[in-house]
Amino acid sequence: MTVLIDAKGLHFEELNQRIRKTLQSGAEKIIIDNVNGQRYIGAGIKGTQTLIINGIPGNDMAAYMDGLELVVYGNGQDAIGNTMNKGKIIIHGNAGDTLGYAMRGGQIYVKGNVGYRVGIHMKGYQDQIPVVVVGGKAGDFFAEYMAGGIQILLGLNLKAGERIVGDFCGTGMHGGVIYLRGRVEEHQVGREVKIVDVEAGDLEIIAKHVKNYAQYFNIDFQQVMAKPFVKLIPYNKRPYGNLYTSY
Amino acid sequence: MLKEGQIRIPAGCAISGIMNRKGEVFSGRDIIKSIALMHERSNGLGGGFAAYGIYPEFKKYYAFHIFFENKLAKQETEFLLKKYFQIDYDEAIPTRKVSSIKKSPIIWRYFAKPKVNRLIAHEASEAEYVVEFVMKVNSEIEGAFIFSSGKNMGVFKGVGYPEEIGDFFKIDEYKGYLWTAHGRFPTNTPGWWGGAHPFTLLNWSVVHNGEISSYDANRRYLEMYGYKCTLMTDTEAITYIFDLLLRKFGLPLESAVNIVAAPFWSNIERMEPERKKLMKSLRAVFGSLLINGPFSIILGGENGFVALNDRLKLRSLVAAEKGDIIYVASEESAIREVCPNPHRVWAPQGGEPVIGLLEGKEGIFDVEDDGLAEEEILQQSIAL
Repeated sequence: MTVLIDAKGLHFEELNQRIRKTLQSGAEKIIIDNVNGQRYIGAGIKGTQTLIINGIPGNDMAAYMDGLELVVYGNGQDAIGNTMNKGKIIIHGNAGDTLGYAMRGGQIYVKGNVGYRVGIHMKGYQDQIPVVVVGGKAGDFFAEYMAGGIQILLGLNLKAGERIVGDFCGTGMHGGVIYLRGRVEEHQVGREVKIVDVEAGDLEIIAKHVKNYAQYFNIDFQQVMAKPFVKLIPYNKRPYGNLYTSY
Repeated sequence: MLKEGQIRIPAGCAISGIMNRKGEVFSGRDIIKSIALMHERSNGLGGGFAAYGIYPEFKKYYAFHIFFENKLAKQETEFLLKKYFQIDYDEAIPTRKVSSIKKSPIIWRYFAKPKVNRLIAHEASEAEYVVEFVMKVNSEIEGAFIFSSGKNMGVFKGVGYPEEIGDFFKIDEYKGYLWTAHGRFPTNTPGWWGGAHPFTLLNWSVVHNGEISSYDANRRYLEMYGYKCTLMTDTEAITYIFDLLLRKFGLPLESAVNIVAAPFWSNIERMEPERKKLMKSLRAVFGSLLINGPFSIILGGENGFVALNDRLKLRSLVAAEKGDIIYVASEESAIREVCPNPHRVWAPQGGEPVIGLLEGKEGIFDVEDDGLAEEEILQQSIAL
C-alpha cells in the first residue's frame, strides 16, 4: 500500500506523527510531497518501509533510524543519518554538513556533493558496517575521528581546480576505510592517516557500492570504475593512546 | 533583571538575508517567512531584522532607534540628543499588538542631523561624531539603548520569536532592498530587547549564529579605539571589528575577511610568496581581531552584505541566487520557502565570504561622504 502525504506548511511534529501512524497502519511506501525544512523525518523508526521525500528535508533526517529506506528528490540539509543504525538513504542532490555523524550501520548514497565533517565518528562492529558513498566532493574534516565503516568519494563532475576532498581529512581517524576516486595530497590528510594503493579486495568492495550508486542515479558503472582509487587507512587503532600517559 | 555578565544561560540561532542587487525595494514579508521557517533554531528570547532602504524620505538623516526602560531615560537621552543633533522628526515606532510580546520598552525613533557648530568644534568626521554619541548614550544613560543609528536603514528587534517581532514592528509594511533577520537562542546571555540581534553601528548591522571564544581579546583591542562593548556580547564586538577595519582603517573587504577568519598557518605556508607575505602581515598586525570559535554572520552595509563562516565552518550557511536576488540563510529550506526554484544554490566554505553588492558598487560601503556636512560647515563659517 502506498500513501501520499502533503507536507506543505506542516510542522515537523505533525508530519512525523502522520508518518509513524501511516506506517503503523500497514503502509509499505509513503510519498511525501512539498517537504521543506521539516526535521527528524524517519528519525528513530524501526521498519523496512520506504519513504519518498520530494523537497528539502530538514536537519537530522534519519537520526537513529533503524531500517527504513529514504529516497530524497532534492538536496539534504545537515546531520543526515546521525547515529543511524540500519537502513538506506538515497539523495538525488547534494547534502550538508555532518552527514553520517556517528553512524553505526546502514548505507547513505548522495548523488552530488556533501559539506563539512561528513562521517565524523562513524563506527563499525563485526557485521555492522556503515557505508557512505558520495558522487561529488566533500568538505574539510571528512571522516574526522572515523572509527569504523566505509566511505567512498567519487569526485564526479569536479570543475577545474576543485578538490575531491577538503583539508584535515581523516583527522583522528582510528578505524574504517576511505576510498577516493582521485588524488589527495599529504597535507590534506590528518597525521593519523596513511595513503595506500587499493588492492583486489578493495576493488571488490568499491565495485559493490559503486554498482549501487550507478543504479540509483543512472550513471555508467564502467566509466566510474575506469579511474583509479586510492585508499586511506589509519596508522593506528589508538592514535591518542599515549597522549596523556606513557604506559 | 540580570543582564549580560551577571547570568549565564547554557544552550543555536537562525540567520537569513535577502537582497535585490538592482536596489529595488520589497516588503519585509519574505524575510519573515524565511526566518520563521527556522523557528526551531530560536527559543523565543530574541528576534530582529535589519532593513536597508526603508527611509528614502529621510535618507540624509541619521535614524536613531532607541529603547527606553522609563520616561526618565527618555528625557535624559533627548536632552543629550538635542545638544548634539538637530531633530527633524520623531515618533514612537509603530507597533501592532501581539499577544506573546509583553513588557516592551518605550521604543522611539528620531531623524536627526549633527549640529553644525558642534561638529566643527568636534574636529572629527561626522561618522566619528555619531559613533561617539552612540557610545556615550549606551554606556552612560541608564535605561537607554540606541539600537540603530544608520541612514536610510533601521533595525527592529526585541524579545520574542522573530516572526512575532516582525509582526509587532509591522515589518511587512516597510520596503527595503536588503533585509537580514535573526532568530535567537541565547547561549550565554539573557534575552532582553537590547541584546537581540542585529547589532548595529552607523549603517552596519550584524546578525550572528555562534559563540566567540576570542571575545575578550577582541574587546580589549577595540577599546583602544574608543569602542565601548557595553553589552558584553560577542556580536556587538563583531560589529565594531568591521567598523574599525573597514571604515576607520579603510582596509579592503577581502583583508577584513582574512583577518577575522584568517587562513591557517599551515595553509599560509603553501601560498605564493606575495600572498603569503600579505597573510602573514595581516595575522601579525591584527592577530587580536581574529574571531575564534563557531560563527556564521551576515554583515549588512549600505551597499550590500557579506555572509561569512568561521574557517572551520562550525555553523551552517547556504547561499542561493535567482536573477537579481541573492539569498543567504542557515538552512536551504529557509531560502526555498521564499524562492522555491533558485538558479543556483551553494554552501560556502569556511572563511569564504558570500558578497552581495548593489549594482555598480565596488565596496560594501561608500568611503565617508561628508559632502553635506562640509557644505553646511562652509555656509556656517561664511555666516560667522
